[in-house]
Amino acid sequence: MSAEATEKKAPVIKFLAGNEACMEGALAAGCRFFAGYPISPSSEIAEKMSGRLPKLGGKFIQMEDEIASMGAIIGASLAGAKTMTATSGPGFSLMQENIGYAMMAEVPCVVVNVMRGGPSTGNPTGPSQSDVMQCRWGTHGDHPAIVLSPNSIREAFDTTVQCFNFAEQFRTCVVLAMDEIVAHMREKIVIPAKEDIKIVNRKKPDLKPGDPYKPYEADASLIPPMMNFGEGFRYHVTGLDHDATGFPSGAPDNQEILHRRLVDKVEMHKDELFLFENHRTEDAEVLVVAYGSTSRSAKRAVEEARAQGIKAGLFRPITLFPIPEKQIAQAAGHAKKVVVPEMNLGQYRLEVERILGPAVPVVGVHRVNGEPIAPSLILSAIVGG
Amino acid sequence: MSMDYFQYLRKERMPHIWCPGCGHGTIMKSILRALDKLKWAKDDVVVVSGIGCSSRTPGYLDFNTLHTTHGRALSFAQGVKVANPNLKVIVISGDGDAMAIGGNHFIHACRRNMDITLIVFNNNIYGMTGGQASPTTFTGSKGTTAPYGAIEQPFDVCNMAQASGATYVARALDIDAVAMDRVILSALQNKGFSVVDAWSQCTTYFGRQNKWGDASEMMDRYKEMTYNVRLAEKMSPEEKAGKYPVGMLFQASRPEWCEEYGKLIERVSK
Ligand SMILES: Cc1ncc(C[n+]2csc(CCOP(=O)(O)OP(=O)(O)O)c2C)c(N)n1
Ligand code: SF4
Ligand SMILES: [Mg+2]
Repeated sequence: MSAEATEKKAPVIKFLAGNEACMEGALAAGCRFFAGYPISPSSEIAEKMSGRLPKLGGKFIQMEDEIASMGAIIGASLAGAKTMTATSGPGFSLMQENIGYAMMAEVPCVVVNVMRGGPSTGNPTGPSQSDVMQCRWGTHGDHPAIVLSPNSIREAFDTTVQCFNFAEQFRTCVVLAMDEIVAHMREKIVIPAKEDIKIVNRKKPDLKPGDPYKPYEADASLIPPMMNFGEGFRYHVTGLDHDATGFPSGAPDNQEILHRRLVDKVEMHKDELFLFENHRTEDAEVLVVAYGSTSRSAKRAVEEARAQGIKAGLFRPITLFPIPEKQIAQAAGHAKKVVVPEMNLGQYRLEVERILGPAVPVVGVHRVNGEPIAPSLILSAIVGG
Repeated sequence: MSMDYFQYLRKERMPHIWCPGCGHGTIMKSILRALDKLKWAKDDVVVVSGIGCSSRTPGYLDFNTLHTTHGRALSFAQGVKVANPNLKVIVISGDGDAMAIGGNHFIHACRRNMDITLIVFNNNIYGMTGGQASPTTFTGSKGTTAPYGAIEQPFDVCNMAQASGATYVARALDIDAVAMDRVILSALQNKGFSVVDAWSQCTTYFGRQNKWGDASEMMDRYKEMTYNVRLAEKMSPEEKAGKYPVGMLFQASRPEWCEEYGKLIERVSK
């Protein structure tokens, strides 16, 4: 049974759920270490990984909790593996301290957060988008954030590959924010042939044995090249403020340099990070901004509005963070009204309002009842005064 | 003992942060003496720690070193080991780090039995944060959060380790360098999860609050509170009552996690 899709030369057609497509994407990206703890609605990712990874010579370990899962994927990444964990709200909360560690110590890794209703145990099996701001700001301190959110099965595959590529390129923890609907719905998916999938690996420093290595010395890209443990360049990794040598340094100048570089290394390259879709936005007088499964209802609502003669359009950020601010502003260029439907009480809407300013009214369509947002609700907001 | 410690130390990181009389440096030297005997390539050794005075140790050591988050060292260490089983993984933790915030990771690491050695620098107090009570603070002893004396019963690190599945368990006092060297060396040689409960005096906080005196007086107290496990048979129950055995306390042979997973890979990847 080693007809492993990821090893196939030709594209493979499958019928998968989002969680399965995410796992396939991770394997295709080169993920060979997964640590996790079961939680709905993400458990299938861990389950499938436990079956698939050893067949590829990879490793799966079920940890005692999500804190340990996060620690394990950081440790394994430092030892050279591409690593991932998957969880949902309560587990994502537990991971936050170590997510910050990965950002601070610049250890590439991927965290999948399949969003369910919260806070607390909330609605374990219902869809939600209420962790959007936790994905951005969950860990303490100023920090960079790269967060992607797919709306289809094929995109669950593609964005997972992207998460790994971004994690490796930027040396940081990248979050895939799926909602429960995308995670559990099934669609036909054409998994691309191996050679058609772009893979990025962490940049290695150009060093000969015995050369001195400063693990946090960056060039103009602000991203330091990375050696793995065991490769002959012994170095120190810490979550304390540190200088280019990796050792703790409390000097105010060093702290300032470090924290600005961590944020700027993402900020500076953000144009490479923006993934988005414009649908009929060129002349849109009513712009809908929606992501994840909600964007599918939004697209339908836009079509129905167009049929009624209303010039509606959809802007769909796939990269939620960094926020594609210019692209949102551009899509809203002709807009007299902007509608933001979300399965939360308006987390991304606040960002859209901030970007567009008071000139354009922004209307939220928010649901926190564990049900998807129907196209009709979005349509009424488009049509309504 | 004419060993050159500096071949394993990052000289430029000196002076260390520890107070005069602190036992942590003594245990660090024991670890270096054991490693000097083993002759492992420095590039193959990974030393992982959590947060605390004890957890600052890796920063001074010239290996691959990983100073993680409070209590979580074992989870990072297991990730390192699973991803590259050729690496020799040593974890240094405090009593608060290993037994309080990291207590759950501790018992599960014992259960998994990966080839990792955990050395708990046990000073019965939270040193770094200023002397609060820890899970190994003795009943009646004072901490800044137990100003009237602790009313709780302390964990016995070794009993916990053995009950949870560790395959080498020992206790040693920093005052007895020979015994400390011996158990740390055996722990590192054990193919499985090893735990050393290494007693260390925190002169600044435990010693002062409990009026136990200076480092040498504290070490004498530790001697009085313990007995050599090899003499246990000759001792009466009264002589042992309330005292902690020191020496190698438990050893077992059990499948090692990474080897088992390696077999699993071979079995399913055909
Ligand atoms: C999550 C978290 N909680 C609390 C702390 C504060 N803290 C730092 S070290 C420490 C205790 C250290 O005690 P121990 O592990 O016994 O090490 P020692 O300093 O005694 O060697 C605490 C509570 C922290 N860094 N992180
Ligand atoms: S506070 Fe205690 S544990 Fe910390 S360095 Fe000083 S003596 Fe050692
Ligand atoms: Mg302590």
